[in-house]
Amino acid sequence: MTLLPLAAAPAGVDLAAAYRMAAPGLAEWLTILPVAWCLLAGAVLTAMRGATRLHPGLTVAALAVLVVMDAALLVHVATHGPVTMMMGRWLPPFGIAFTVDMLGALFALTAAVVALLVSIQALGEVDDGRRRYGFYPFLLLLMAGVSGAFLTGDLFNLYVWFEVLLIASFGLLVLGSEKTQIDGTVKYGFLNLVATTLFLIGVGLTYGALGTLNMADIAAKLAAEPLGVPAVTLAGLFLFAFAMKAAAFPVNFWLPAAYHTPNVAVSALFAGLLTKVGIYALIRVCVMLMPAATGELSLPLGLVALATMLVGSFGALAQDNLRRLFGYLVVAGIGAILAGVAIGGATGLAGAIVYAVHSMVVMAALYGVAALALAVAGSERLTTLAGLWTARPVLAALSLMLFLSAAGLPPFSGLWPKVMLIRAALEGGWWWLAAGLILMGLLTTLALGRVFLLAFWRPVADGAVAGGSATSVTPGRAVPLSLGVLGLMSALTLGFGLYPEPLIAAANEAAAGLLDPTAYRQSVFPPAMNGEGTP
Amino acid sequence: MEPVFAILVGIFFAFAVYLLLSKFIVRMMLGVAILGNAVNLLIFTAGRLTREVPPVIGAGLDGPVTATANPLPQALILTAIVISFSFFSFLLVLSWRAIDALKTDNTDRMRLAEPADDPAPPAGY
Repeated sequence: MTLLPLAAAPAGVDLAAAYRMAAPGLAEWLTILPVAWCLLAGAVLTAMRGATRLHPGLTVAALAVLVVMDAALLVHVATHGPVTMMMGRWLPPFGIAFTVDMLGALFALTAAVVALLVSIQALGEVDDGRRRYGFYPFLLLLMAGVSGAFLTGDLFNLYVWFEVLLIASFGLLVLGSEKTQIDGTVKYGFLNLVATTLFLIGVGLTYGALGTLNMADIAAKLAAEPLGVPAVTLAGLFLFAFAMKAAAFPVNFWLPAAYHTPNVAVSALFAGLLTKVGIYALIRVCVMLMPAATGELSLPLGLVALATMLVGSFGALAQDNLRRLFGYLVVAGIGAILAGVAIGGATGLAGAIVYAVHSMVVMAALYGVAALALAVAGSERLTTLAGLWTARPVLAALSLMLFLSAAGLPPFSGLWPKVMLIRAALEGGWWWLAAGLILMGLLTTLALGRVFLLAFWRPVADGAVAGGSATSVTPGRAVPLSLGVLGLMSALTLGFGLYPEPLIAAANEAAAGLLDPTAYRQSVFPPAMNGEGTP
Repeated sequence: MEPVFAILVGIFFAFAVYLLLSKFIVRMMLGVAILGNAVNLLIFTAGRLTREVPPVIGAGLDGPVTATANPLPQALILTAIVISFSFFSFLLVLSWRAIDALKTDNTDRMRLAEPADDPAPPAGY
């Protein structure tokens, strides 16, 4: 790779003081590639408005390539440590950095896999009208925002990616323009806008206090003088903003109000990815950048986590609509992840990370169950669903696996993060959080057990909707395809339940990188150039 | 100068929060507009206020001679203005559709997605 010629500099000016003179290596390009790829694919699909028949195939292909890119990035980060690319070749802390460590690469890969599976599931469900109004371009632009948020190393840039994914999610949520969708989008739109604005306030105040927006630089400056700036205020502001994005109590109400209104593929994607972006930002900004200040706030955070777990699981018990029920389970899962963040330490954080990865796959899969129930029985209400066990035995078996996994029972992937979190809670003296986690597991088991009992086991009564006999709302080939995707997701959760070592090792490495961000910092500021870029 | 601006930003936020707490979508939209401006002013103030010296390096010099205005907060605000404008216009159209389709601008009466008479799940069978 040859170096592009920089503008001819006047004599006596040393360009090396401002620019990175070496050409970026292949691995550095890999940090920006997932975002650039999604933006490019989204733009191409937008330009192909006349040929919407090609959209589904192209989107699945583009997302498959995205999975390969993110997998390559994860392998590189696992073998070589964090990797950084500076935009515009400026030396840090000027210019925007894309820095990828284990946490970012792990989340980006999981998100890409979930998006690929959901896009396959959407094939039969997204009708021509939705295609024409841009379902697939929105999907790819959403993935550009999600990938950018996971991979960036700059606080303001993180805000920009949040907005990219938010505006794409508005489009997906309101696509179809049914009255319930408009109602849900009003609540989702206003509350998420307020949350990102709070985040922006935090960014502005951080810049005012520290004079930098580069994450590695912020971490170094705050570690050098933890008391010189109002760090606890900043951490509180960020915690509130990200907790609102992640739907933590008491700012969780937008999620169950909106996630059941769009078509089911969109619900699945949102439930899998969007709240986890909030969780990722919370872990990255609060835990890695401001560990001391977040430590001061761990008690209120623990209380919020407990309340979120209880509100989520009790809310799930009270719902009749399957997707609203699953929405409350998403909230409960956020509570468990926040519990891990509040407990802190290597075990607590690793438990939170494993839970987030598990939750991305399983929550998207639960909405897949709702989609299939709607497709084969024409209903997603517990009062009317019945007899799916005899009508659709394969769907029933896969659903049972996913329900057990979401409830945290062995041998599925939901068990391990809960074990890690409860162990960390007991070791750290957070007995009430351990009790909350166990209670949440019990309530989730009750809620999902009741879904299985009513929708699958209950014999079909006269007048009730029988599985398989009702009018199918989707084309015939959609059901086997969706079942196949659901089978893959169940296989993933079973696989990580039986052989969790690689995931737990990756999460441990990610947690270690968060607690001691030396490698992250050295990736942005290489030791050779110390005294030049580092303050 | 900064304390004056800080108080001004505080007043902006107070108005924005007050309007956002309203039940009526139109007032909430006004709150969103003021909130965006409040944040822009906040970033501007946090970047330190200086007299209007443009950050231009004279011919034959290696760097600026006097202290210049900080261009970074201006770049941040420019980005934030574009984003908040696009969000405002989306929410404006959405509110229009909501008032049109749901026949109300009172968020308390927007219960289509979460009906008040939603049945409880069956207790058994």
